[in-house]
Amino acid sequence: MWRCCRSGDRKRAAMPAVTATTASAGAAVPRRRPDVRPLVLTAALALAAWPLVGSGSTWLTLTIAGLAMGLIIFIVASGLTLVFGLMDVLNFGHGVFIACGAFVATSVMAGMAGWTGSASAWQNLGAVFAAMLAAMAVAGALGWAFERVVVRPVYGQHLKQILITMGGMIIGEELIKVVWGPAQIPLPLPPALQGAVFVGDAAIEIYRLFAVVIGLVVFAALAWTLNRTKLGLLVRAGVQDREMVEALGYRIKRLFVGVFVAGSALAGLGGVLWGLYQQGVVPQIGAQVNTLIFIVIIIGGLGSTLGCFVGAVLVGLMANYTGFLAPKVALFSNIGLMVAVLLWRPQGLYPVSRR
Amino acid sequence: MWNRLLSHDLPRSRALAVALVLVLVLLALQPFVLPGAKALNVAAKMLVFVLLVASYDLLLGYTGIVSFAHTMFFGIGAYGVAIGCTRGAGDEGVAWSAVLIGLGVALLLSLALSLVIGLFSLRVKAIFYAMITLAVAAAFQTLASQLSELTGGEDGLSFKAPAWLSPSFEPFETPVFGLMIDGKVVAYYGLFVVVALSFLALLRIVNSPFGRVLQAIRENDFRAEAIGYRTVVYRTLSNVIAAGFATLAGGLLALWLRYTGPETTLSFEVMLDVLLIVVIGGMGTLYGAVIGTVLFVFVQNYLQDALKWLGGEGGWFAGVPLLQPLVSPDRWLLWLGVGFVLCVYYFPSGVVGRLRASGISKRSTRGETS
Repeated sequence: MWRCCRSGDRKRAAMPAVTATTASAGAAVPRRRPDVRPLVLTAALALAAWPLVGSGSTWLTLTIAGLAMGLIIFIVASGLTLVFGLMDVLNFGHGVFIACGAFVATSVMAGMAGWTGSASAWQNLGAVFAAMLAAMAVAGALGWAFERVVVRPVYGQHLKQILITMGGMIIGEELIKVVWGPAQIPLPLPPALQGAVFVGDAAIEIYRLFAVVIGLVVFAALAWTLNRTKLGLLVRAGVQDREMVEALGYRIKRLFVGVFVAGSALAGLGGVLWGLYQQGVVPQIGAQVNTLIFIVIIIGGLGSTLGCFVGAVLVGLMANYTGFLAPKVALFSNIGLMVAVLLWRPQGLYPVSRR
Repeated sequence: MWNRLLSHDLPRSRALAVALVLVLVLLALQPFVLPGAKALNVAAKMLVFVLLVASYDLLLGYTGIVSFAHTMFFGIGAYGVAIGCTRGAGDEGVAWSAVLIGLGVALLLSLALSLVIGLFSLRVKAIFYAMITLAVAAAFQTLASQLSELTGGEDGLSFKAPAWLSPSFEPFETPVFGLMIDGKVVAYYGLFVVVALSFLALLRIVNSPFGRVLQAIRENDFRAEAIGYRTVVYRTLSNVIAAGFATLAGGLLALWLRYTGPETTLSFEVMLDVLLIVVIGGMGTLYGAVIGTVLFVFVQNYLQDALKWLGGEGGWFAGVPLLQPLVSPDRWLLWLGVGFVLCVYYFPSGVVGRLRASGISKRSTRGETS
């Protein structure tokens, strides 16, 4: 059944991101109507949970928590899905960048103990942003090396890619243990991000709001870069048809290295957010998050940024609602969601149909 | 006779043949050659892993499917036997029927599960399948630790094996060839026979016309489909068979250890070990499973000693600031990972493939000169 709808998907999936955000940009180019059903589904899920949860304030708390979790996952997974879309490389070692970012953050935050411990909110935020920048820089550099050494020799060979990147993940995890030791390192929130604000009766943790803001900023920046810049145009064109872009004279390999580095840096940023969310990091954090982000990019459709966003938010919301309603079921909410979505759309929510 | 027994898949390399015979003889005589509980344990673990890795090779090496759910089936087998023995324990100890029922239910569950996963996701590309199995395996591990009244949760299940396999069982009054035969030795030989038979059965499968089709799918699935083979059916069948043998291996491990827990059977580390062994030993040849397992277990046990000598207290690099943590005994997996990556780059056919290739080149040069 999934074969017969392929050609239709191809047209619809042509740049889901562009159709979603530039629908009002002008009538010069005929545009397809954006596929909003996954977005409606997400909203419907949130609304359907309201009566089930019962109280509005609890619902608000859960929704914000779900959004925060979803956006953190989105930050981590977006790089992975872009790399896959552009170069058909699935990096099983993506988790290494997450772990690397989180561990760099522990070092930076520990080094800036004066700022993280101070009562001034600006100094607190300054320390967090410094940690994020350092984590992104280190994870990006690591990504560059990873692409050079590990991924480049095995382009186009899926089996070897899976094996090699898995090996890279083993090595990376061990190297992290060499540098930071195998034990858990606490990553406490600075005072300004602790505690909660009250909206009516609903208690909303400040850190979650912070994560939501960061996540939305990253999403907006990604959407803007992909849709409004020449670079983004080339990346999107590369996702659609790599050879055509190459034939037009652009060096897609170099573009790909850039995307890989950016994706790794984003994973590092996500690692910092995740580590602060958990208030501690272990070397195995990469492997733990890996499973989650794979589920997300499968749900979203491999290679699709918007799909990744919707998938991540769906996963985050679902995990929080079920965690409140039926804690035992919550452990399997991700996998259940994945099965449900794949039964509906076997190629994911926003299929990139080239494959 | 050898030819028929090995399904015409001879080692085709003198060095490999010697190594295989050596391994076979050592494993067969293990209780007599190297007595002691630890050595016996290591040998039994090798046997179980040979079967587990060989079944995984059917999937990865012969069919070209990357699955991360193989330990799930391994775990199902182990838990099946464990639950059967716990529930079926009567006044006179555990009956064999309890073991068989547990294993049987586990096999059925494995086959059904692998069939569903296969039909559901093997239609799509290899990468997709790898990710789905990763997710399913993680969910199953959570499930196993959550159903604690059935599986014992994180602690796992310790149980009594049937009387014949318990250490207090001693069929002979006097030692045989200087060894007092007890239940452990009986269990070891039971394990040996089952693994050997299963290995031969797997050899038969991969060298049958069916196995040929699997290899065709691995090389070029589009072409295989064009010739007229339903690749989905063949892939799913391969998945189901591999799952069945993995379940058996899990049951054997549980019987041997008389314990089943998430760490020993379901954890991702076990999966990584299997992956390392298959690739280092040699994908696409079952002998790779044997050689790889033996190498891996040796490395696991002795690389740590070697590293201790290099980077431990008073070792060569003790006190060298950058090098010492790199070669500390705890980091043995790092070096195994490096070996794994190098293997995928430079010896994609692993140790066995390498040995066979050198055997062939020698033979051909000899042929030219004579």
